[in-house]
Amino acid sequence: MNAILSLFAVIGLALIAFIGVKVAHLEFLFGTAIPYIALAVFLIGVISRVLKWGRTPVPFRIPTTCGQQQSLPWIKQSKLDNPSTGAGVIGRMFLEVFLFRSLFSNTKFELREGPKLAYSSTRWLWLGGLAFHWTFFVVLIRHLRLFTEPVPGFLHSIEALDGFLQVGIPGVLISGVVLLFAATYLFLRRVFIPSVRYISLAADYFPLFLIMGVALSGILMRYVVRVDIVSVKMLTMGLASLSPVVPEGISAIFYVHLFLVSALFAYIPYSKIMHLGGVFLSPTRNLANNSRMVRHINPWNYPVEVHTYEEYENDFREKMKKAGLPVEKE
Amino acid sequence: MYNGGKIIVGIAIFVGLFVFPIFYNMGKPSAMPEPKLDTPVINQLDEKRCVESADYMRANHMQLLDEWRDSVLRDGNFVYESSNGKKYVMSLQNTCMHCHSNKKEFCDSCHTYANVKPYCWSCHLESKEKAL
Ligand code: HEC
Ligand code: HEC
Ligand code: HEC
Ligand code: HEM
Repeated sequence: MNAILSLFAVIGLALIAFIGVKVAHLEFLFGTAIPYIALAVFLIGVISRVLKWGRTPVPFRIPTTCGQQQSLPWIKQSKLDNPSTGAGVIGRMFLEVFLFRSLFSNTKFELREGPKLAYSSTRWLWLGGLAFHWTFFVVLIRHLRLFTEPVPGFLHSIEALDGFLQVGIPGVLISGVVLLFAATYLFLRRVFIPSVRYISLAADYFPLFLIMGVALSGILMRYVVRVDIVSVKMLTMGLASLSPVVPEGISAIFYVHLFLVSALFAYIPYSKIMHLGGVFLSPTRNLANNSRMVRHINPWNYPVEVHTYEEYENDFREKMKKAGLPVEKE
Repeated sequence: MYNGGKIIVGIAIFVGLFVFPIFYNMGKPSAMPEPKLDTPVINQLDEKRCVESADYMRANHMQLLDEWRDSVLRDGNFVYESSNGKKYVMSLQNTCMHCHSNKKEFCDSCHTYANVKPYCWSCHLESKEKAL
């Protein structure tokens, strides 16, 4: 149900752009106004959420400890899984952000014949996730050719590497295809694994469908219903140089692609995709486990009024003496 | 704000990446490609028409070339009938480049703009004239 609703929402978005351009001829709206608004919502939304997180105090060290902590010299510390220094944290974050290390240790329990409990690691989510994120990144970088003039040389090297199969004209770019397949895998995983399906919400399906929609419309545009890339680049260069123009004759599929991208970008700050900023601000990842070496003082501690024993004795010394109680100072 | 310095640096890098094209392109005149049709063969044409309509060619010429290549090399079929009934020999060198003998001013002007470098020319000749 969640999945079907999300699917219809994405199809609806695609139809809005298609009809808006085909029937109502709102090229200017879909080609310039909406992308600018989406980018502004994206940037302001992401920044304000990060600032909000930044204002949240994290008084104590709460890293997830996945290995032996720093201890006596003859006990081997697990430096990446339980870092105690800044360098260790940087190493841990690097592996987390670029290689999704914590997904790599995903373990599965199985009751095999015997009965015997077996532990095995499942790497499919790690592999699918890694393929998805890296190809998304490469596709995004390659798109810079539409937003720069002259195009920096390295972009062509990326594209040549990406299209090294030289299948068809225009040549198949592997990253775009893998992106679509990886997103599809991540979706099917949610549908076919009952426990994962149980915890999946519309907010999980919708971004997946949206990205699948973006990738599918891009792939259709490159290999099936061609658009005039020179006109497209005039439009995108207009966007990038803040002097928008809308050349005639760009077919509707381009506006569908662009509108889905705009929807995705505007949606990011309000959705789980904010993990792109959140991963850096996770106290369970970005703190060193040095609680035993450094005293961390709660920043909102207020001065507590105390009445020491010395003061107490000063107040009651005479009475205590009379009652025969021992006192520290005569 | 806790760890304010680091967070601000992170935000600055993030925003910088997204507005990079604006700064990169600032002050540069937009270099729209103007493919030149001024070749001896095209100048002699009665009707200045490409194999298909110009709109179609602009968006689809690579697919057309792919179709031609497959048709010639796989089916041995050399004749292409265009949508207005004219017949062309399907050949990159002998048809396209016969009319568009100015690859540098024509094909390349768009391709540089769009950052594509078709690899065809490592085998095919750019124009007959140069070959002789
Ligand atoms: C109106 C501008 C324009 C002109 C003129 C033009 N092209 Fe292109 N061509 C393009 C664009 C834009 C692309 C890239 C399309 C894309 O990336 O999807 C392209 C791509 C190609 C490709 C596929 C390249 C690849 O690696 O994907 C070939 C082959 C090609 N053109 C051949 C030619 C030839 C031959 C000529 C000259 C007879 C020519 N083109 C003239 C705009 C043009
Ligand atoms: C009979 C000569 C002739 C042949 C053969 C020919 N062209 Fe053209 N081509 C022209 C003319 C003339 C135009 C301009 C058409 C117009 O402006 O309406 C043109 C326009 C184009 C355009 C659009 C340029 C622009 O300014 O938008 C492209 C791209 C193109 N040709 C590519 C090719 C390719 C690729 C082939 C081979 C498959 C080819 N042409 C074969 C004569 C030819
Ligand atoms: C590895 C060398 C090589 C490359 C690279 C190459 N071709 Fe060819 N092509 C050939 C050969 C060989 C033939 C066959 C020629 C013949 O039988 O007359 C051919 C034939 C063709 C034909 C039909 C016949 C003719 O005379 O044109 C087309 C169209 C064609 N190629 C298009 C392309 C395009 C477009 C590209 C670039 C995307 C390309 N080729 C890249 C080697 C190559
Ligand atoms: C989230 C961002 C985006 C994603 C994931 C995405 C995805 C894709 C994919 C997978 C393709 C197929 C070809 C390839 O693999 O490169 C493609 C093509 C394309 N995209 Fe995007 N896209 C995005 C943003 C944009 C934007 C902002 C624009 C322009 C304003 C754009 C314009 C195009 C065009 C014109 C093509 C056709 C390219 C060609 O024919 O060579 N895309 N896109």
